[in-house]
Amino acid sequence: MARAAVLGRLSWQLGTVVELLPEATDVKSIVLEVPAWVGHRAGQHVDVRLTAEDGYQAQRSYSIASAPEDADLVLTVERLEDGEVSTYLVDELRVGDELELRGPIGGYFVWEEAQGGPLLLVAGGSGIVPLRAILRHRAAAKSSVPARLVYSSRSLEDVIYRNELAGLEAEVTLTLTRVWPDDWSGRRGRVDTALLQEVAWTPAERPLTYVCGPTGFVEAVAESLVSLGHEPARIKTERFGPTGR
Amino acid sequence: MSFVSRGFKGRRREGGDSSRVPPGQYLTDDFPVLSAGPTPHTPLDQWTFTLRGAVDEPRSWTWEEFRALPSETVTVDIHCVTKWSKLDTTWTGVPVATLLDGVETSADYVLAFSDGGYTTNLPLEDVADGRAWVAFEYGAEPLDPEHGGPARLLVPHLYFWKSAKWVRGLELREDDKQGFWEMYGYHNYGDPWREQRYSGD
Repeated sequence: MARAAVLGRLSWQLGTVVELLPEATDVKSIVLEVPAWVGHRAGQHVDVRLTAEDGYQAQRSYSIASAPEDADLVLTVERLEDGEVSTYLVDELRVGDELELRGPIGGYFVWEEAQGGPLLLVAGGSGIVPLRAILRHRAAAKSSVPARLVYSSRSLEDVIYRNELAGLEAEVTLTLTRVWPDDWSGRRGRVDTALLQEVAWTPAERPLTYVCGPTGFVEAVAESLVSLGHEPARIKTERFGPTGR
Repeated sequence: MSFVSRGFKGRRREGGDSSRVPPGQYLTDDFPVLSAGPTPHTPLDQWTFTLRGAVDEPRSWTWEEFRALPSETVTVDIHCVTKWSKLDTTWTGVPVATLLDGVETSADYVLAFSDGGYTTNLPLEDVADGRAWVAFEYGAEPLDPEHGGPARLLVPHLYFWKSAKWVRGLELREDDKQGFWEMYGYHNYGDPWREQRYSGD
């Protein structure tokens, strides 16, 4: 097991929004200057707290999209239908606004070069966010650990970091599940056992695997990897969203 | 409170009983899933529940023996550290107090252990006094594997990571050994009403 984190109290602190970047349909990156930020490891998340004038508060967790080496802290947020916090962050937040957050949180779904690889990163939708932090960290650290990314998106317009992915020096397999352009020559359909058998590492190569996405996606991918013979203990998962039940 | 998020109105809870929602939590009707790795699938004929550690002698139940123990059906509110709370969830399980009945121990703590390697630590009194169960049904149906089936710990008065999925036993301990999330900086006790999310809270 990886090292344990020893933390003092995680205090709420203020960051200032310095840039807002549209990334995909309903998805924005929030670039924050956080003076008291203590640094983070790729894959960790923060808690964000919003406060209304009457004192009402709402909190949610968001994965950190930036690498530890990046100058600013970046959160990439998808607006969820009915999302109390995500609708504010995507629709209302402006450059110059302040945002209250605390972190970094989580020490398990994290990658540092000493953990080695090869890396297999499997993302569904906005599950790409912490995996992008891992890939940016790997690139910034000039790591020689090989990495493969399998990324499933509903349509090309939903692909987050589309222009950046090719430059991250990983083998990227992008699959579109619902809609694709007429001239789309890439993969279509869900990430299933056959696709993973074809593009993931073999079990003998013992990849260190990170799977992030909606619950159904993560369940299916993790089951497929285990059925192909990958070691469950080397598969780290992070899930979000409802089960639909 | 000094800081205000410009332009944030927030959605007030309508109809919900806010006295049942701990600070920083929101209500959901869904049942989100959180776990750190693949879902284990232990066949019931290989499943056991074990009490070990600082006990007079270890005890173990097969699935059949476990299911023959008296169970209770309880309706409780559950609170996940990732901020969702779900009210009035109905579970059936064996009270941990029943499993501990007659056990002689010098322990003050338990470390619950699960298939897949997950662990979580709790004070013994929090599981021994009728507020904890080993649950095998949710909503009168067998517990889904993704929600911790065949059986999970249910300790609803603490954040839900303490309710270990796929639980296979309790190690009774004189010292308090941190479990999986506790080692990664989550709070050692995890009382949602005191918002004990992370170490130091």
